[in-house]
Amino acid sequence: MSKGTLNILQLYPREMNIYGDWGNVLVLKQRLAWHGYTANILEHSAGDTFPEDIDLIIGGGGQDSGQLVIQQDLQAIAPKLRELAEDGLPMLVICGLYQLFGNFFKTHDGTVIPGIGILDLETHGTNERLIGNVVADSEEFGEIHGYENHSGQTRLGPGVRPLGTVTKGAGNNSQDGHEGARHLNVVASYLHGSLLPKNPAIADFLLRKAAERKFGAFEPADLDDSLADLARRHAGARPR
Amino acid sequence: MFPFSVLVGKAVRRISRLRGGGSALPGLVVEKIDPGFMGRALTGLPHGVVVISGTNGKTTTTKMVVELLQGQGLTVFTNRTGSNFTRGVAAALLGEVNWRGRLKADIAVLELDEAHAVHFVKLVPPTHCLLLNVLRDQLDRFGEIDQTTRLLEQIAAKTTGTVVLNREDPRVAGIASTVHDAEITYFGLDASLRSTFPNDDELRGDIGVAPPSSLPADVILEHVDGNTAMFLTDGESTSVDLRLRGVYNIFNAAAALAMARTVLGGAINRAALFASLATVEPAFGRGESLVVDGKPLELVLVKNPSGFRLGLKSFDAAGYATMIAINDNYADGRDMSWLWDVDFDSLGLAGVDMVSGVRAYDMALRLKYDDVDVRAVEPDTTAALKAFISATHDQPKRIFCTYTAMLAVRRDLSKITTVEVVS
Ligand SMILES: [Zn+2]
Repeated sequence: MSKGTLNILQLYPREMNIYGDWGNVLVLKQRLAWHGYTANILEHSAGDTFPEDIDLIIGGGGQDSGQLVIQQDLQAIAPKLRELAEDGLPMLVICGLYQLFGNFFKTHDGTVIPGIGILDLETHGTNERLIGNVVADSEEFGEIHGYENHSGQTRLGPGVRPLGTVTKGAGNNSQDGHEGARHLNVVASYLHGSLLPKNPAIADFLLRKAAERKFGAFEPADLDDSLADLARRHAGARPR
Repeated sequence: MFPFSVLVGKAVRRISRLRGGGSALPGLVVEKIDPGFMGRALTGLPHGVVVISGTNGKTTTTKMVVELLQGQGLTVFTNRTGSNFTRGVAAALLGEVNWRGRLKADIAVLELDEAHAVHFVKLVPPTHCLLLNVLRDQLDRFGEIDQTTRLLEQIAAKTTGTVVLNREDPRVAGIASTVHDAEITYFGLDASLRSTFPNDDELRGDIGVAPPSSLPADVILEHVDGNTAMFLTDGESTSVDLRLRGVYNIFNAAAALAMARTVLGGAINRAALFASLATVEPAFGRGESLVVDGKPLELVLVKNPSGFRLGLKSFDAAGYATMIAINDNYADGRDMSWLWDVDFDSLGLAGVDMVSGVRAYDMALRLKYDDVDVRAVEPDTTAALKAFISATHDQPKRIFCTYTAMLAVRRDLSKITTVEVVS
């Protein structure tokens, strides 16, 4: 008997799914089932009508060309996304959509691509590519493991706090040691690998917030995360 | 002509061989002391220079093109597996040229990694190039796949004769619009096979496949049934029983046929062409079959999501014991994200007997999320192979591995069975 159904919406699965972003969706879907709930996976692509009755939103990174394709649609659904974020709906955005959830992305040649301003941050394109394994410390989630690959460098404004502080790798930019951003129940990060499999604490945070928002409470099962722990330990020992 | 550099290069080659060293050093030496060496040796070959590039299938396709052209009576110079960079070509040339730096061959057929191919074509503009596909592979090296497409465009731009393109890969087919001087030829798939070969935008399982291309193709793979394939050329279907295994190798055969037909034009002997194709053996790690304890053991190289997906699709898990070895060394790519773009449902019924490699636990975790039963995890490949063989000694076996894991597994296998040594 399912404890209830959560509707998980993946944004732009065609254009913004580079670097295993599907892995994050799969982890949410499976963990929810293991916790005794049912996951209903929905997709939103450019031009679609934005669905009603969503409990969790997830979005990934894309090629530059993919970001151009979704740009207009993202602006069209922005008011809805802002309203849901303010209402406490949990969201996870990685890499490309992390950048576009901010105030703007200024490309290397000076073009300004407006973001949707859910997160108070800005991103500047550079000709330096930040690539490699990352370990970051987060008060909320403990040690976070992942892999970064981006040339946009992000600076956080006063309206958000960093997801973590890097102990290996670059994170948001090559200067301040910040990785990702946190605001309301939105988690934003440059890390893939994918992010959620090796960081089940973040996955369960998103599921908890979604369940609490919908049912008033989250009743998790006691899951065995020993494989994730071993994967984290081995990943942490790898070179940058 | 400056034969001195050739002599020095040959001497370095002999010495580094005696010392058991890698193949690149002599190439490096000759490149340094005589940068024009390669261009001189390769220019003026009667049938020109063929460059083969793309993400997946370069090695197998190059091997096929070489054997198809040899079957037509040509003497072919090629670079060996594992040296698909410019320096490797220079090193291979040193072994073949005479003391005056002349190459005795009708044609050169060279496999080049995308980035190295761009460097190579600036030194030696090819007469023909064959561009296979652009897929996610080692993004930590090339940045983005659109970037990789730009690299292939540069190869096409330097090509003087004919550019052969995969019409089913939208990024590769799109290169045609950037070519001004060379001729364009395509190879492709029958519409019925289109869904078997997802391009990079179609990796996600639930997303539909784009309609088949309507571009005219010189060679079309019409049908595959096990190891028997049907090719359409000149309006005529030909059925061939292949020794190659795996449906993606068979699509590469269409690419190789198109290249051979382009090189020889009307002079080609059709019957000999298909006869040669039938005898091509799989290249290193592309579905090679070894024998261990009297049972077959197959090695399947997996280096990116589409390759892994096609590997799983091509080789049925039923009746086989399975091992997977995933390393994240530089040559493998350090980012593990790609494992999450592969569906492992096809292994769900039989499970996986052993997971190994530096990132064994990433792989085991991946399988867990696809509900695939994993019987053992051992990061050390030597210990894992030993345990895998003894636990499954009465079964046929299959090992999927990344590049450096493949090298390690072959080294260990060579102690117990016959394995072709690739240096
Ligand atoms: Zn990224």
